[in-house]
Amino acid sequence: MSAEAIRVSTRRPPRALFLHQLRSEQLVFWRSREAAFFIFLFPLLLFLLLGSVYSGKYQGVPIVWAVLAGLVGYGCANTAFAGLAIQLVIRRESGILKRLRSTPLPPATYVTALLASTLIVFALQTLALFLLGRALYGTPFPSDLGSFVATIVIGAAVFAALGTATASVIRSAEGSSAVVNFILLPMAFLSGAFGPTKGYPAVLRAIGDVLPLTYFVKLVNAVYLHGHAVWSQPEALAVLAAWGVAGLIFTIFRFRWEPRER
Amino acid sequence: MEPPDRGCPVYPSLRMHAIEVSGLRKAYGNLEAVRGVDFAIEEGEVFGLLGPNGAGKTTTVEILEGYRKRDGGEVRVLGHDPERPGQDFRERIGVVLQQSEMWPNLTVRETHATFAGYYRAPRDVDEVIALVGLSEKASARVKTLSGGQKRRLDLGIALIGDPDLVFLDEPTTGFDPQARRAAWEMIRSLRSLGKTVLLTTHYLDEAEQLSDRVAVMREGRIVRVGTPAELTTTGLQTEIRYRQNGEDILVRTDEPTRVLAELTSAAVARGEELEGLQVRRPSLEEVYLALTADEEVEA
Repeated sequence: MSAEAIRVSTRRPPRALFLHQLRSEQLVFWRSREAAFFIFLFPLLLFLLLGSVYSGKYQGVPIVWAVLAGLVGYGCANTAFAGLAIQLVIRRESGILKRLRSTPLPPATYVTALLASTLIVFALQTLALFLLGRALYGTPFPSDLGSFVATIVIGAAVFAALGTATASVIRSAEGSSAVVNFILLPMAFLSGAFGPTKGYPAVLRAIGDVLPLTYFVKLVNAVYLHGHAVWSQPEALAVLAAWGVAGLIFTIFRFRWEPRER
Repeated sequence: MEPPDRGCPVYPSLRMHAIEVSGLRKAYGNLEAVRGVDFAIEEGEVFGLLGPNGAGKTTTVEILEGYRKRDGGEVRVLGHDPERPGQDFRERIGVVLQQSEMWPNLTVRETHATFAGYYRAPRDVDEVIALVGLSEKASARVKTLSGGQKRRLDLGIALIGDPDLVFLDEPTTGFDPQARRAAWEMIRSLRSLGKTVLLTTHYLDEAEQLSDRVAVMREGRIVRVGTPAELTTTGLQTEIRYRQNGEDILVRTDEPTRVLAELTSAAVARGEELEGLQVRRPSLEEVYLALTADEEVEA
């Protein structure tokens, strides 16, 4: 009897494993009050704040629409990039990832379930942002829902790739939150997630012009504010794809499952 | 083909080997962590790998668990090469790492249930929780557990898949004496379940109490293998102490029976009593210290 035959007969089906792990990821996420607050609620609180201070028009629409679009961008970076990176570093350094590797759960199933779980959190957050905007500021839902969903998925994928790449270079769990926020917050300001960057000095705008979040906010603006199809923005898509592929390649070569030697 | 059995006593048994290791080598850069290790562990045996920190115990175990690639030698674990483990291998092993934590906000029961979901035929969650003595804490979050309770959680999730082979890497390091006794009881219960256990420790009493056989490791090599009793009867001489004319006398001998008979019959002939007569076999601790002494001096 071949080893292959034994293997096939003694393994849980991949789909059952995936669903089991997805459920467990959701449980782990919502159980952690810190994660649920900083990752899920924080963008909603920012929306309450920024939505009430800005008034007027931006790109021909009420500015609160643009605030909402910017915060969808920030939420994406916050959830898929920062949240994922911090969670992965903590799990790696505490030995959870190493421990999981000795179980029959295939690494690919683990990663897929973690990404799907992150996407669920981001999607729920985006839905909550729109419900909040609708209730408080009268913002509309996206007119082209298909394009909007595609935008959300693309953004989550790109920032998740950057999150796993960042997790690969962070050395300790203690420092992970500081390092990630040191990247996230300036990126959010420079990319226009917290408001237009028109008045910024040229050098800051030049930095903003290479950041992935700039292009994701542009994409959300185009789809949400102006009702364009997602495919009408080749420049933004190309830059996002480049960042995503770079993050993925970096992750493949540098990601570790085991904690640093102590 | 017979596995290389250098240094291992041969048991008259039909049982299979759960682990076979020969000529195992592993280096990290210039540091040779494991320099040619041979041993075999039978199914159902509790095998202790004993040695000071840095002797190569964890490296050896992590190669067997499939975490590290070896530089040389042959390794079979449950009939598999752990470098190409496959799902069947992972279904059949349970691992307690030297250091690992679990999700702090899940409960003990949820953590067990999560791991149970990875296996084709897991054991009953509450049964395993009871086995490791955490029933009262089943609904408590992991972050509220004491160090000893967290270690028991580690053991519980190592057993949840009903493994045939359990790796325990220093399972009681940092425990208070009471927690260690409790952990020992659990490890003994593994033997009664018929599990094969590979245990690493730098505590002698632990190896002596729990293991069917002990291998003493030093500087990447196994310097002695045998049952705890065999280790203490070989190598060091028996000590005979008594007091004569107010002087303490110490005799070290490889033939305690003959020496003792001569001493006592001479004393009886003189009509004397040998004051404070003691006969001591060296403890495993003394054997261990003798075997690992050079390293201590270097360090």
